[in-house]
Amino acid sequence: MNETAVSVSTMVEISLDGESVRVPEGSTILDACRREGINTPTLCWAENLTPVNVCRVCVVEVEGSRVLVPSCSRKVEEGMVVATDTERVRTSRRMVYELLASSVEMDRAAPEVQAWIDHYGARPERMGDPAEIATQAQPVKVQDDLYVRDYERCILCYKCVEACGDDAQHTYAIATAGRGFGAHISTEHDVSLPDSACVYCGNCIGVCPTGALAFKTEHDMREAGTWDESRQSVATTVCSFCGVGCNLELHVQDERIVKVTSPADHSVTYGHLCIKGRFGWQHAHA
Amino acid sequence: MWGSNARNAHPIFFHHALRGVANGARMWTVDPRRTGTAKFADHWLGLNVGTDIGLAHGVAREIIVAGLTNDEFIEHATTGYEEFVAFVEPWTLEHTSAVTGVPAEAIRDLAHAYATADKAQICWTLGITEHHTGVDNVQSLCNLSLLTGHVGRWGSGLVPLRGQNNVQGGGDMGALPNKLTGFQDVEDDEARAKFEAAWDCTIPPANGWNLTQMFEAMERDELKAVYCIGENPVDSEADAKHARAMLERLDCLVVQDVFMTRTVEMADVVFPAALGWAESDGTATNSERRVQRMRAAVPPPGQARQEVEIINDLAAAMGDDRWGNPTPEDLWEELRTVSPMHGGMSWARLEQEGGIQWPCPTEDHPGSPFLHGRLWERPVGGRRAPFSCVEDQPPLDELSDDFPLRLTTVRALDSYNTGVQTEHFNSPIRTGEALSLSVADAEALGVVDGELVTVSSRRGSIEMTVEVEEHLAVGLCHTTFHFPETTDVNQITSDAVDPKAGTAEFKAAAIRVDKLVAEGQADGELVGDRA
Repeated sequence: MNETAVSVSTMVEISLDGESVRVPEGSTILDACRREGINTPTLCWAENLTPVNVCRVCVVEVEGSRVLVPSCSRKVEEGMVVATDTERVRTSRRMVYELLASSVEMDRAAPEVQAWIDHYGARPERMGDPAEIATQAQPVKVQDDLYVRDYERCILCYKCVEACGDDAQHTYAIATAGRGFGAHISTEHDVSLPDSACVYCGNCIGVCPTGALAFKTEHDMREAGTWDESRQSVATTVCSFCGVGCNLELHVQDERIVKVTSPADHSVTYGHLCIKGRFGWQHAHA
Repeated sequence: MWGSNARNAHPIFFHHALRGVANGARMWTVDPRRTGTAKFADHWLGLNVGTDIGLAHGVAREIIVAGLTNDEFIEHATTGYEEFVAFVEPWTLEHTSAVTGVPAEAIRDLAHAYATADKAQICWTLGITEHHTGVDNVQSLCNLSLLTGHVGRWGSGLVPLRGQNNVQGGGDMGALPNKLTGFQDVEDDEARAKFEAAWDCTIPPANGWNLTQMFEAMERDELKAVYCIGENPVDSEADAKHARAMLERLDCLVVQDVFMTRTVEMADVVFPAALGWAESDGTATNSERRVQRMRAAVPPPGQARQEVEIINDLAAAMGDDRWGNPTPEDLWEELRTVSPMHGGMSWARLEQEGGIQWPCPTEDHPGSPFLHGRLWERPVGGRRAPFSCVEDQPPLDELSDDFPLRLTTVRALDSYNTGVQTEHFNSPIRTGEALSLSVADAEALGVVDGELVTVSSRRGSIEMTVEVEEHLAVGLCHTTFHFPETTDVNQITSDAVDPKAGTAEFKAAAIRVDKLVAEGQADGELVGDRA
C-alpha cells in the first residue's frame, strides 16, 4: 500500500455572480456560495440533513436552465454559470416568503428567517386576510412534558420527517399525511405522540425552522413571556449519559438550563441527540 | 454488535452504525434477546446467556478449518497460534450450536462474513463484560480479530463501547488500582520514580484493590475507612445487601456526590459536589479516546463545591499545603508533563480543535483515530499479540429445579443506571420496572401481563410486575434496574464476580417466579404502582 497516497478532490470551475471560482467536484451550488461568502437563504435545508428541496427559497439562476434551480441540491458542473441575485431570483424568493408567511405564523421562526423576509421586502399581507388563508386553525398539541407541536406554524419543510427517519434517528414516528391543502405532519393513524413510535430524542425539534416543534421548557417560557434569548448564554460540554462523547450546548437563562442542543458540525453527534442527552439535564436543578 | 444494545445504550453511536448500514455495511448482532439493535441487523444470533466464549471459539474454528485465516498477519504479529488451533478444535459447528443454542449455519455465516470482509469491527458492551468470565469473553473476541487481521487498521478493529462519559478518562488519569496516570504501571519502579519526582511524594509500590477486592477487605476488617467519589454502591453493587453490610462495618465513610444517594445517607461525612458536565470545567474522554472539554454552564447549588477544591482542601486539612489552588487548566497542563500519550494535547488545542484522540505525543501530532497499528509495522512494533486459550464456563449462578429461569439485566433508552440522574425528567416512554417473561414461561407459571409476582434468587426475593414478551426465548427473563427505590433488582442479581476484573455477573442470575396471589385475584390495584 502506498502510505503517502493522498486523495485530492478534483476541482470544478464555475462562474458565480460573474466571478470565476473553483470548488470541489460534488459540491452543491449552495456549498459554493457559502465558500465564496454569498449569503443564501434556506428553510428546508440543514447541514446535517439530506436536501429534500421543497421550500425553494434558495433558488438561483443557472444559464441554460429553463427554471430556477434549488442551490441546496444542484451539484456544480464544469463551466456552469450561476447568478444568485437577479431580479428573477429576488422575485421568486420574495414570493416564497410571502406565500409561507401568509399561511403560517412565522413569529417564532429563527431570527434569520425574519431577516430574509425583510431583506426581500416580502409583504405576506398582499396574499389576503391571514385569517382566511392561514393553515387551518388547530390547537397546540401538548401531550407530554417534553414536546410541544404547534402545527399552525408548520411550513411542511419535512426536516422533522428526515431527522426522525433516514437522516438520523431511524425511528419513522412521523410522516406527511394528506394531500394538497390537507397535507400535514402526522404520527401513524394520528395517534398521540406518547402512543406513537416516538422515542423523544428531540431531533425533529432541533431541526424545525419555524418553531412549530418546540421543547416544552421553551414553549412554556414563551407563553409566560419570560423567554429572552438576549439574556441567554450557551456553554458547550459533554453529555454524561454514556461514553459516546456527544457535545451538548446548554442554553442558560437566569442560571437555569432552558434548552439543550448539539452543534450540527460536531463529528460525534452531527447535531442529533437521544432522550437522555436532550432532556436528562433536569437533575442539575433537582 | 456482540452483547451490545447500542440502539438503547449508545443511541448516537448507533446513528453512525446505521449510516454504515445504509452505505452497504452488513451488521450481525449476538445477543440473547432480539433487541432494538438486532432489529436493524442482517442477522441475529440469539445465544444462550453466558455462552459467548463458546460461540467465539466456534467462529474461530470455522475460520481456521475453512482456510480463511490471515496467515501473514498471524505469522507476523501474533503468538500462540498453534496452541490456539488445537485448543478450539473441539468447537465444531455442531458442538458450538449445542452449547450456544445458535444454529450451525448462522455460526458458519458469521465466521465467513467476518473473515472475508475487507474491513470488520466487533463492538461490545456489558453483555460481554458483566460476566464472571468478562475478561475471558473479551479475549475470545480478540482472538477473532487476530485470526483475520481485523485490528490496527483504519475501519477494522475492536470497539468496547463505554458506559459513562469519562470512564475512559478516569482510567487514563490513573483511577485504577494498578495504574498511574497514562496507564503507567504502579509496580514499575522506573515509572513510580518518575511520578515521585514530579509529585514530590512516595507512592506505595504495590497495586491497590479494585472495588470487589475493597469489599472483601472490608469483610476482613483490613479496610476501615473509605472515601467514595461519585459512586452509589448501595444501589449499584450486584449484591446490594452485602454491600450495605460491608459499608456499615467501616469506621469512617466519606462520600462525595451530587445527590443524596442511599450511599450518601450512610456516610459519616458528606462532601456535596458540583456536577461534572454542567457545573465544572474540565475534560471528558469518550469511548474512542477523544478528549473533549466540559464547561460549566450553571453554578453549583447550595454548599456544593468544585471537586478540585474539595480535594485540595482535604489535602490541606491533612497537613499538605503545597497543592495551591490550581485551575482545571493548570491540572491538565501538569498531566501533560507526566503522561506521554497526552503530551501533545495542550488546553488551547482542546479548545480550538474540539476533541483530540490519544495517543497524541507532540503538539504537531493530529491524534490517533485507531490503536494497535504497531502490529502491522515491519518489524512489529513492540510485543506481539497473544492468542488466548480461555475456557467457556457457564454462569456461576447455575440453573436448578428451584431456580429454573435465567435473568439478565438490561437498559432502557430513557433511564440511566440506578436512576439517580434520570428520575428527574418525566419521560413519556418510561414504563417502570417489569420482569419480562416469554409467552411459554408465563403460560407455564399461570401468570398474565401486568400481574405482580414474587421473583426469588439464591440471594433474596422481590416483588415485580410481569410483562409478557412475544419473541423472548423460553427460559430467559430480563429487567432493567433503573428504579431501585421501588424495585431493588440488585437484591436478586448474582454476587459472582470476574476474578480478573472484579466486575459482577449482572447478566446472569438464576431465578424463580412465584404467583403472589391466588388464582383470579390478580387485580388492577396491585399493578402499575409506579405510574
